[in-house]
Amino acid sequence: MEMIEIIAGKFNYWIYISLMMIGFYAMIAKGNLIKKIVGLNIFQTAVFLFYISIAVVEGSTAPILLSRAHGALTPETVIYTNPIPHVLILTAIVVGVSVTAVALALAIKIYRAYGTLDEYKIAKMEQEAE
Amino acid sequence: MNLHFPVLVILIPLFGALLTFFTGLLRRTWAWHIAAYATFLCFAISMDLLLSVHATGRISYWLGGWAPPWGIEYVVDYLSSYILVVISFISLMIAVFAGPYVKKQIGTERELTFFVLYLLLITGLLGMVITGDIFNVYVFLEIASLSGYALVAVGKKRGAVVASYNYLILGTVGAVFVLLGIGHLYMATGTLNMADLRERLPELYHSRVVLTAFVFFVIGFGLKFALFPLHTWLLSAHSLAPSAISAILAAAVLKVNLYALMRVMFTVFTPTFVYEVVPITEILFVIAPIAILVSSVMALAQTNIKRMLAYSSIGQIGYIVLGLALANETALTGSLLHMLNHALMKGGLFLLAGVIIYQTDRYHITDWKGLGKTMPLTMLAFTIYGLSMVGIPLTAGFVSKWYLAIGALEAGRWYFIPVILVSSLLTAVYFWRIIEWGYFHEPDDPEDAQDRCHVPWAMMIPILVMAFLLLFFGVAAFIPEGPARQAAIMLLGVQ
Repeated sequence: MEMIEIIAGKFNYWIYISLMMIGFYAMIAKGNLIKKIVGLNIFQTAVFLFYISIAVVEGSTAPILLSRAHGALTPETVIYTNPIPHVLILTAIVVGVSVTAVALALAIKIYRAYGTLDEYKIAKMEQEAE
Repeated sequence: MNLHFPVLVILIPLFGALLTFFTGLLRRTWAWHIAAYATFLCFAISMDLLLSVHATGRISYWLGGWAPPWGIEYVVDYLSSYILVVISFISLMIAVFAGPYVKKQIGTERELTFFVLYLLLITGLLGMVITGDIFNVYVFLEIASLSGYALVAVGKKRGAVVASYNYLILGTVGAVFVLLGIGHLYMATGTLNMADLRERLPELYHSRVVLTAFVFFVIGFGLKFALFPLHTWLLSAHSLAPSAISAILAAAVLKVNLYALMRVMFTVFTPTFVYEVVPITEILFVIAPIAILVSSVMALAQTNIKRMLAYSSIGQIGYIVLGLALANETALTGSLLHMLNHALMKGGLFLLAGVIIYQTDRYHITDWKGLGKTMPLTMLAFTIYGLSMVGIPLTAGFVSKWYLAIGALEAGRWYFIPVILVSSLLTAVYFWRIIEWGYFHEPDDPEDAQDRCHVPWAMMIPILVMAFLLLFFGVAAFIPEGPARQAAIMLLGVQ
């Protein structure tokens, strides 16, 4: 019973940790430079999910002024989601996109210089060059 | 002091980058001038901030007039003003050096890119130093890192691109760890302002969320400043980047990330937490001596000058971390002084390597036969830097090592003194090789001896100024020691 509570009650953390590990694995184990970038993206997305999930308050609504669409909610009873983690993570998403762009640009440059995207082949070519 | 100086330190390089880009489209040579002026203004403002902090105490600047903890706060105190001066001075020196260097070694077509990215890098670094908001640290960290990755790849060597790629992967992992640490702290406290966090955290010190956050910070910043087992990216990134970039990476980027960790350790958390609740010092006491000794031995095995300097950086970071872990005023003063000295020394040495490569295109010190005759001024400067790296008395390198050794004694850990001594001896050996090849071997080609130094003065002057400062701070040690000690007292004291 307790085990189910730990797994089901905190499922958002489980998801973010598993995603993070998947991304980490891809970064470490994959030899292809593009696959590493994909891993990096999964890794970053896991953290975004973490931030977004901690902002949720049970039974809450979007943090905007009340309107007719909110139905029965009144200013006294309404509970808002915390908007700050969302705003923070917007910044981090922009950063993540820029990192991906730089990484892909570097991958293109590497491909032009070495004719391959395989990490081991590149390392071999570097060793031979020395 | 002008009321808006704290924010101007960041706005000047940021808008300088924009201005560089647009005026550079009209005329390329302006890029260098704007970069040099912008960094000079930053240095002047930082000096002014340092003086006014020592006159009136902590300065808090509210961005956009929003009061902390809701708004972003910029904090200039004893520590941040000291580091601001160090970083802006080094960036000024390297900006002056970079003009003629970039023209020849990187190519005029990339001059514009270089200086725009350089100013963005400086923006990020100064921003990380001055901000008092922990999420803002992450934003500036990424600004600095992204321009850093691009700058490593800007050179002509093809290996540099791979080095930059590896740096990007590991650097991003580090930054994401920092982001996770911030998330955990926010989850536990609901605030992002450092001073506010400091007040709210003590009751949560044994909460697992807060402990996890601290570990994420240490590993994240540790990756960024190449803490010993996490240093692998540094070797290729620092040795394959263009020399001016190696200099700024070693002198400023590593320092600022170390500073950020110090901020987290002493401002967000308290010394009590760092030294008593978590076993971080026990770990650092093992890591730091290994870093110091292993990197010195590895540096000895290198003949490529830049790779040798990169290994030596890891050891010098070990010294600073050792001072942090020793946890007393003297050792922490030593650490802060070593941050300044290492910035001057390693920045200057990478620039010197750049000068020699610029002139002769020789990367291996075994090819440096007779440089003492063909490039006398350069080799003289190299000797001064070498002496300071070893820690000979009357050079700045001696002062900081002395403080670290005394600090180790005060902490009752005398066994770190042999570590410092042995590593200094190893440093002497690996710098002596350069002096031997340079002074005691005849040049291969007698024609070489005719070819006198043609290095532009814009490249030599920064190197000579920094060499002079190393000697000057070795004698007048009280000048940097004053602010460093104040900062150490502030960090360890209960605010």
